[in-house]
Amino acid sequence: MDIRKVKKLIELLEESNIGEIEIKEGEESVRISRNTSAPAPVSYAAPMQGASAVVPAPATAPQADTQVAESAASAPSTDNAVLSPMVGTFYRSPSPDASAFVEVGQAVRVGDVLCIVEAMKMMNQIEADRAGTVTAIHVENGAAVEFDQPLISIS
Amino acid sequence: MLEKVLIANRGEIALRVLRACKELGIKTVAVHSTADRELKHVRLADEAVCIGPPPSAQSYLDVPAIISVAELTNADGIHPGYGFLSENADFAEQVEKSGFTFIGPTAETIRLMGDKVSAKHQMRRTGVPTVPGSEGALPNDPDEVLRIAREIGFPVIVKAAAGGGGRGMRVVHNEAVLLSSIQVTQSEAQAAFGSPVVYMEKFLQRPRHVEIQVLADGQGNAIHLGDRDCSLQRRHQKVIEEAPAPGIDDALRNEIGESCVRACLDMGYRGAGTFEFLYEDNAFYFIEMNTRVQVEHPVTEMISGVDIVREQLLIAGGEPLSIKQEDVVLTGHSIECRINAEDPRTFMPSPGTIKTFHAPGGHGVRVDSHVYSGYTVPPYYDSLIGKLITYADTREGALAKMRQALDELVVDGIRTNAALHRELVTDTSFLAGGVSIHYLESKLEHEH
Repeated sequence: MDIRKVKKLIELLEESNIGEIEIKEGEESVRISRNTSAPAPVSYAAPMQGASAVVPAPATAPQADTQVAESAASAPSTDNAVLSPMVGTFYRSPSPDASAFVEVGQAVRVGDVLCIVEAMKMMNQIEADRAGTVTAIHVENGAAVEFDQPLISIS
Repeated sequence: MLEKVLIANRGEIALRVLRACKELGIKTVAVHSTADRELKHVRLADEAVCIGPPPSAQSYLDVPAIISVAELTNADGIHPGYGFLSENADFAEQVEKSGFTFIGPTAETIRLMGDKVSAKHQMRRTGVPTVPGSEGALPNDPDEVLRIAREIGFPVIVKAAAGGGGRGMRVVHNEAVLLSSIQVTQSEAQAAFGSPVVYMEKFLQRPRHVEIQVLADGQGNAIHLGDRDCSLQRRHQKVIEEAPAPGIDDALRNEIGESCVRACLDMGYRGAGTFEFLYEDNAFYFIEMNTRVQVEHPVTEMISGVDIVREQLLIAGGEPLSIKQEDVVLTGHSIECRINAEDPRTFMPSPGTIKTFHAPGGHGVRVDSHVYSGYTVPPYYDSLIGKLITYADTREGALAKMRQALDELVVDGIRTNAALHRELVTDTSFLAGGVSIHYLESKLEHEH
């Protein structure tokens, strides 16, 4: 099996949606697979006759990478998040006209009010359980939240 | 017709309700604790909302949380299942006051039947036979109490008016310990149910537990769907149930069924309900009414062809009962085995991960279970993991199917009471039919 054939197979894989190709020719076989998290390994089942050794592994297909990158960008990490202690509606400010309790980047101390979760007409103020900086606000103003749902992350 | 139902329960009954909703095209909202994220019905529901940490008091019994979810999801009905808040009159009232439909009877009815003294009084009013007793709460006067006990005849049983389901009761065999026993029961009742009110009844020595299933639409229509025998019990927990109750005269069965229907109409009952009786020497004696769907409802569904949970949803949606008594045909025999995650000998709960679950099948075999291979049974709730139900033309046929089904059942990874069931479905006395409510416990005592 010569290098040009293998190169062609790699091109074929890159241009298509195929995840993996395996070709057998006589006693030789080549398997090329697309791997999203690492460069696609190229493996040979039978000893090559004379031809040069390993074909350099092709770069990971861009499509798969984008997917991962996109999801990472749209959902900020919910680490260090203050969780909702109840079911209700999330509000960022004490009243519709007032400004939000906290913004991203703001420093908070223990006991500072971060937001409100309203249930059955009762406004429950949710306080910071640690000091730090607000790194992310995970819920939109007015959205419903469930118990243990991450609300606001503090680093 | 209801459009969206919030299922305020968990486990197998939540799945049962979800199935009935889906069949009717009703959208479903599952509320669950953090320990129940992987419940089958939670995964299947249209919407799922976590309402609290594992302890029931902070999740499945959290009334504000549940009503909040109903508001947030715009549900119109709430199905309480059994246990939890299903017979909590305050919950039913709050649900209705908040603008939702409580799938069950009115709060007033729940209160009336929840107080065992007023329930008995109501039954006597409408001609449902009751256990001879004090005809009301016990007075404070010790001489009066003694007179009542003598009139009833020893042994007597002292019961908490706010109790039920086997809790808050004490048997008294003779006069000497009567007053002290009453005092102890009153203290227990106060502590457990918030009311020290007790009443007294004749203690029946070898009764069977036979109950009548009813459906009423709250619009002047009510029917009964025959009886069930739930005498195989351990510590007041039913282990095996069957329909119909073996060896009872049909005319008597129908007469009792009809008296229950009259009682329903008289109190304006709405929904599914069960009248529980003790049956001894060819006579029925009312003990209490359960104003909800029961665990063992499938055996009645098998012999009547009526989908009881479906009827609950239709009734709650304002439909009049579509079934008349003359349409009800009860044929064949059905048996149900409650499969619990517990040690078959010690009955200690056995939570944990079910590595492999294989449900039996075949003609006349029904499995109502929420578990699946890989599911972890949490330690916070009751141990019921599934119900194995069989149906055949005859009792012998249903028992034969149950033996075969129990052989096929695989629950690998936790302990279950399947071994106990395998023993019971070959037990000579049980096979003969008509064992009393004491039978199982005395059998277990003798064997171990």
